[in-house]
Amino acid sequence: MATQHSRSAARIMMAPAVVLLLGWMLVPLTMTLYFSFKRYLPLRGGDLGWTGFDNYVRFVSSSAFWPAVQTTLLIVGGVLVITIALGILLAILLDQPMWGQGIVRILVIAPFFVMPTVSALVWKNMFMDPVNGLFAHLWRFFGAEPISWLSEASLPSIVMIVSWQWLPFATLILLTAIQSLDSEQLEAAEMDGASPLNRFWFIILPHLSRAVTIVLLIQTIFLLSIFAEIFVTTGGAFGTRTLTYLIYQRVLESQNVGLGSAGGVYAIILANIVAIFLMRIVGKNLDA
Amino acid sequence: MARAVTTQRKTLNTILAWAVGLLIFFPILWTILTSFKTEAQAIASPPIFLNFDWTLENYAVVQERSDYMRFLWNSLIIAGGSTVLGIIIAVPAAWSMAFVPSKRTKDILLWMLSTKMLPAVGVLYPIYLICIELGVLDNRAALVVILMLINLPIIVWMLYTYFREIPGEILEAARMDGATLKEELLYILTPMAVPGIASTLLLNFILAWNEAFWTLNLTAVDAAPLTAFIASYSSPEGLFFAKLSAASTMAIAPILILGWFSQKQLVRGLTFGAVK
Amino acid sequence: MGQIQLNQVTKSFGDVQVIPPLDLTIEDGEFAVFVGPSGCGKSTLLRLIAGLEDFTTGHIEIDGKDATAVPPAKRGLAMVFQSYALYPHMTVRKNIAFPLRMAKMDQAEIDRRVENAASILNLSDYLDRRPGQLSGGQRQRVAIGRAIVREPAAFLFDEPLSNLDAALRVGMRMEISELHKKLATTMIYVTHDQVEAMTMADKIVVLRAGHIEQVGSPLELYRTPRNLFVAGFIGSPKMNFIEGAEAAKHDAHTIGVRPEHISVSAEGGEWKGVVGLSEHLGSDTFFHIHETGLAETITVRADGEVAFRSGDTVYLNPRADVIHRFDANGLRIG
Repeated sequence: MATQHSRSAARIMMAPAVVLLLGWMLVPLTMTLYFSFKRYLPLRGGDLGWTGFDNYVRFVSSSAFWPAVQTTLLIVGGVLVITIALGILLAILLDQPMWGQGIVRILVIAPFFVMPTVSALVWKNMFMDPVNGLFAHLWRFFGAEPISWLSEASLPSIVMIVSWQWLPFATLILLTAIQSLDSEQLEAAEMDGASPLNRFWFIILPHLSRAVTIVLLIQTIFLLSIFAEIFVTTGGAFGTRTLTYLIYQRVLESQNVGLGSAGGVYAIILANIVAIFLMRIVGKNLDA
Repeated sequence: MARAVTTQRKTLNTILAWAVGLLIFFPILWTILTSFKTEAQAIASPPIFLNFDWTLENYAVVQERSDYMRFLWNSLIIAGGSTVLGIIIAVPAAWSMAFVPSKRTKDILLWMLSTKMLPAVGVLYPIYLICIELGVLDNRAALVVILMLINLPIIVWMLYTYFREIPGEILEAARMDGATLKEELLYILTPMAVPGIASTLLLNFILAWNEAFWTLNLTAVDAAPLTAFIASYSSPEGLFFAKLSAASTMAIAPILILGWFSQKQLVRGLTFGAVK
Repeated sequence: MGQIQLNQVTKSFGDVQVIPPLDLTIEDGEFAVFVGPSGCGKSTLLRLIAGLEDFTTGHIEIDGKDATAVPPAKRGLAMVFQSYALYPHMTVRKNIAFPLRMAKMDQAEIDRRVENAASILNLSDYLDRRPGQLSGGQRQRVAIGRAIVREPAAFLFDEPLSNLDAALRVGMRMEISELHKKLATTMIYVTHDQVEAMTMADKIVVLRAGHIEQVGSPLELYRTPRNLFVAGFIGSPKMNFIEGAEAAKHDAHTIGVRPEHISVSAEGGEWKGVVGLSEHLGSDTFFHIHETGLAETITVRADGEVAFRSGDTVYLNPRADVIHRFDANGLRIG
């Protein structure tokens, strides 16, 4: 609904954003694809010619690949389960009438705004350090032997750090969703004889399902590419090398660009599968 | 209608919620407290909670030793620059999509979003290579552009959802009143959208400030922002708890305060309006 | 000054033609009302005249000059929107002054015109308020004020009263009519409310599905509706339509009788029926009569004092001189 004039103006005004993003997407993507079919070692001879699907096969058959996939899945899955389960409980708790609700919410949200490098370092040193960390003090207080968290229980430690960072996001979104629930619905259910547990199960949870799906998809996309938390804690050692980190090591540490690029293509495909589901939901929302 | 709740129940809720809230906030609180301790007190066993000798020495040392101000300045330039640049590019685009929608608008919006899903590591080397070729590795301007591109989809989306709430009739009225396109954007749309633009600015500033893939991989010295500054404490300086805490507090304090103001925008921005 | 002429205008959105070829002339100084059910294309037509939409084909002349390619601001037309479209971040004064500011008029002249418009519209006390602090009627007047300061060739009103409550609507209706008298400027007014059309218009344009069904003065439309649609649309309560044998008596496929042209009595008359629902308005009473054998319901308008009860048998007498006759295509005969 507009005139020819405003439509052409609209096209011109949209052009910079579209062109920039198109370039940002296509140029590196094409280069990644190109490198992935090359044997390319910048520090050891440079471009050594085409290799077909060799890099793809080698990336998947390397001994580091499956452990990396497993680590990735464990971290993503662990963080998702923890943040969503705790997020629902926290959201319900924060929705209850209480004094100082605003302040509590601020306290709960805070970790999301801490930069990843800071939270990783603070956890690593001040909490998980086997000698001076707070956990070590706590363990000793109870007469237990302090654990060397990041080497002995590296994966759970990282899951815990990342969960702490993402719990606020899940809580905030679920809280917003709960607050949009019409309280008359709950009162109607109460009149119909539903117990609090029934109300949670049959009214609140279905109402949250959409928000949960969104948290799930958005967090998955971000969690698949967590980097700084591993970079500053274990550097990929002790079984914490995720797919992202493996690719990073191939490209920048061992400078095997061809191999890393093939890994990158896998990562892109993986992210796109998740993204498609997310787009569906967001797209539906756009029509409403 | 909210119902009256017994004081007993409310007290119970309050205690429980505050306990959980403080537990979640504790690592940040502990960091801030530790930053005011001496190194000896920071690792004292058993740990000292409040009754230590408050000192600002750590802050002085951190600034002196690693030139905190330079990293802060880089963070400000990179986060601020990328956000402002992004908004300048996104306002016209969001205007087009919100007020002159066509059949392809929805597809374009979703496509823009999908570029946000592109895993950074997948394109790490090409971007790295391009930066080397252009001689802009460890360059603030390059990071401004890259972070702008990363956040552009979110900026466009947020502005689009805010603009959609402005009735198109008001812009048409301006057009009838003789406003040119520039005047329409400048005198009508922008002032009306100030709250939305401010929210967008805030959230994207925070996201850019905390971005820790490109800032770690594409900077060394000159352009390194606070994310890299903190990463340099990885070891062995990390063992100096008080200094690590002071550095961390300095890195997160500004954004923590901004973040508290932008809770609502967070939901809106990061869920692309799919949760209200 | 403000003659507007549309020649063979059409408008399509994609494959859907919302305005089939259409010709229309609105004379200078005329108060023209576009009326029709929602979705009839009346608002689209107004937006085409305003220049907010492009014609698919055809052209428009304003003041005898082709304005088809002229952008909205340059057409010399002012529009009052349904939502008023006031600029919420500006005071009333700035809202009214906005078109003048855009025209780069000097400040003294702007002030003079704003003060003048405000006094005409009783807004002088509110000039420094924001739209959010005004009542619905006041907002409406600000929107009109913003239109009149431009001294346009014509005013366009897009359902301006639909957001007001019933009492205010009657008042604003009269204010707009008086404004038209005072300014003697062409006005085009879009509404779905036939009462607004009847009370305000010099010329009514009845639209349906983008077609012009009839153009004429309010009384012309009331007295000689060209077809069944106009007959049913103009007048309240709706005209009664009767088909079949009774219509054949008048050599027509359908005959129409307005409720106010039927008298009702207990004693005797041409038609017989049973009273169903009655609506008492005080001044008038509307009876819905069933079992007449003519149509499912015949609506009759009677004096407020006439008292029949549901179930009473009554007799109806239509006034023979105002029976409207239509052929099988729904077009007026005679």
